[in-house]
Amino acid sequence: MQSGIFHSTYEKDMALRHTPAQKIRLALVIVVIFALPFWADNYYLTLANQILITIIGAIGLNILTGFTGQISLGQGGFMAVGAYTAGLIATRLGMPLWLSIPIASLVTAAVGGIFGIPSLRLKGLYLAIATLAAQEIIVWLVTHWDAVTGGVDALNVRNYLWFQGARMRFTEFQFYWIALALCVGTVFATVNLFRTRVGRAFVAIRDQDIAAEVMGIDLFRYKVLAFATSSFFVGMSGALIAHWRQIVTWERFTVDISILYLAMIIIGGLGSVSGAIYGAIFMTLLPAFLNSVGRSLGGVFPLMDNLIPFIQKAVFGLVIILFLVFEPEGIAKMWRNVKDYFRLWPFSY
Amino acid sequence: MTRAMEHNLNGSTLAPGDVQLIVQEVMLRFGGVTALAGVSLEVRQGQIFSIIGPNGAGKTSLLNCTSGLYRPQQGEILFSNHHQTTDLVHMPPYRIAKMGIARSFQNIELFKHMTVLDNIMAGCHVHMKTNILSGMLYWGAAQREEIAFRQFAEEIIDLLEIEAIRKQTVGSLSYGLQKRVELGRALAMKPALLLLDEPMAGMNSEEKEDMARFVLDVNEEHGVTIVLIEHDMGVVMDISDQVVVLDFGRKIGDGTPEEVRHNPEVVRAYLGEDLEQTELKSFSFSS
Repeated sequence: MQSGIFHSTYEKDMALRHTPAQKIRLALVIVVIFALPFWADNYYLTLANQILITIIGAIGLNILTGFTGQISLGQGGFMAVGAYTAGLIATRLGMPLWLSIPIASLVTAAVGGIFGIPSLRLKGLYLAIATLAAQEIIVWLVTHWDAVTGGVDALNVRNYLWFQGARMRFTEFQFYWIALALCVGTVFATVNLFRTRVGRAFVAIRDQDIAAEVMGIDLFRYKVLAFATSSFFVGMSGALIAHWRQIVTWERFTVDISILYLAMIIIGGLGSVSGAIYGAIFMTLLPAFLNSVGRSLGGVFPLMDNLIPFIQKAVFGLVIILFLVFEPEGIAKMWRNVKDYFRLWPFSY
Repeated sequence: MTRAMEHNLNGSTLAPGDVQLIVQEVMLRFGGVTALAGVSLEVRQGQIFSIIGPNGAGKTSLLNCTSGLYRPQQGEILFSNHHQTTDLVHMPPYRIAKMGIARSFQNIELFKHMTVLDNIMAGCHVHMKTNILSGMLYWGAAQREEIAFRQFAEEIIDLLEIEAIRKQTVGSLSYGLQKRVELGRALAMKPALLLLDEPMAGMNSEEKEDMARFVLDVNEEHGVTIVLIEHDMGVVMDISDQVVVLDFGRKIGDGTPEEVRHNPEVVRAYLGEDLEQTELKSFSFSS
């Protein structure tokens, strides 16, 4: 049990981790991350890749909705921009993926910034509807601009390591390291962002926009910047999906995805990077878990085979509702409670 | 234990006594309601300048015009700093803030999910330079700037005696402390002109005394000009250099506290026609 944390310089006081327990936890996470691909089979590696890509997208949405307070229902649309941009420039121009992913992210940032312009006048639910329009416009464009996107047909994506080089087929194991590198980069960038000037301005806008403006924060500029930053990571996540699945179809980027991601950051914890991570893990593993439970139940009760998919959906919904009822601040808050309890254990009063 | 401050909080380049803010015939209407009917006043560098008046007199409206939240239909608001004079009327609030005008709000408008420290650091926004990319890297210049401004923020925390709560979330603090943090956030802007909208409202006498002392410290030791809206006549009469009285959007009194106290029109506005002879003083201390 510790009595307090004492620092002698501001630099140490401003560090992210202070106690040995925090450092040990981080070390454990690093060990798990690096050991995982060596013992996991293909099924778990696929899940791990999906989680890593989802984390990037969830952090992106949390930057906008959780930290800056601008509700967005355009997540699926922005992911589509990233996925189609990456897929098209990789396949048509033979661009290597270390170039196509950043370019797709930047293009999505620009598109997100443009759709962020209404946020100056619109707030809350009104903005949500405006971003829903963005979502629908993007999906409509993707499905109707046949000459470029191939319309409703799936786009087959090719992976290259060098311009017009040999076509690569990444195994799940290889792709894990690509996704991991980008995911870790996203986490670092976002954590740092929100302990410096621009990140504080974002949070200030969420908490009290008039006061923020009177403190010298240009609302328009910073809201558009928040949209662009968020879309950058969302686009990156979309680009990764394109290269990972090697196929892009518009059905993957409908408004369902936007709502799923909103649910993810609410369950994980709005306005926290770790919340986005927990939410992404939870929302990826829960359906997989329900799936495997359903499969084993199907063996026991053959007559229920047809019902099991519906029961899965109902349980999925129920779990979300229970989460919101018992811990509206999400998994991040639950984890904080657990840590606080053990920090003072056994004298937790 | 308060240590001497390395930084001066005053952002004005004017000499004490120079005219800093001129409000010229400002007219503000909301539909058929006239909030300000041609108000003029002059604030000098280094003053504590109080605006008083009954509820609905237009005090907060005048502050909102000055900080750019309202746009008056007529009139000019001229502000002098850095060797130039600018009309604030058509400027957006964030640019007015950059010119050196800071304010607090009547109903506390803090960033309530942030810590006290982050609120004050957010107040430093206009003086910091880190852009989004270097912020994401938190390396070199970005980190050095954070540490330098942390030091500055700590000086404000020392000044306002809020060391013990620096890492608490603002939303969980008591009303009096929140008011103090709001003053701190405004001071972090190194203001040339500090607008305080009822900084002592809803406080007990001890908290009021503390707040008055902070306001005086900021004014006397740092030379920051302060425009104050306050209902507590005791405080206003004690600490102000100049008092302006508004009533129904018009200025009905202007002068030293002593002059205003004896101004018959002011007395009438506060007490009604019949009590014209009564001195403002006699009621102001009764509450």
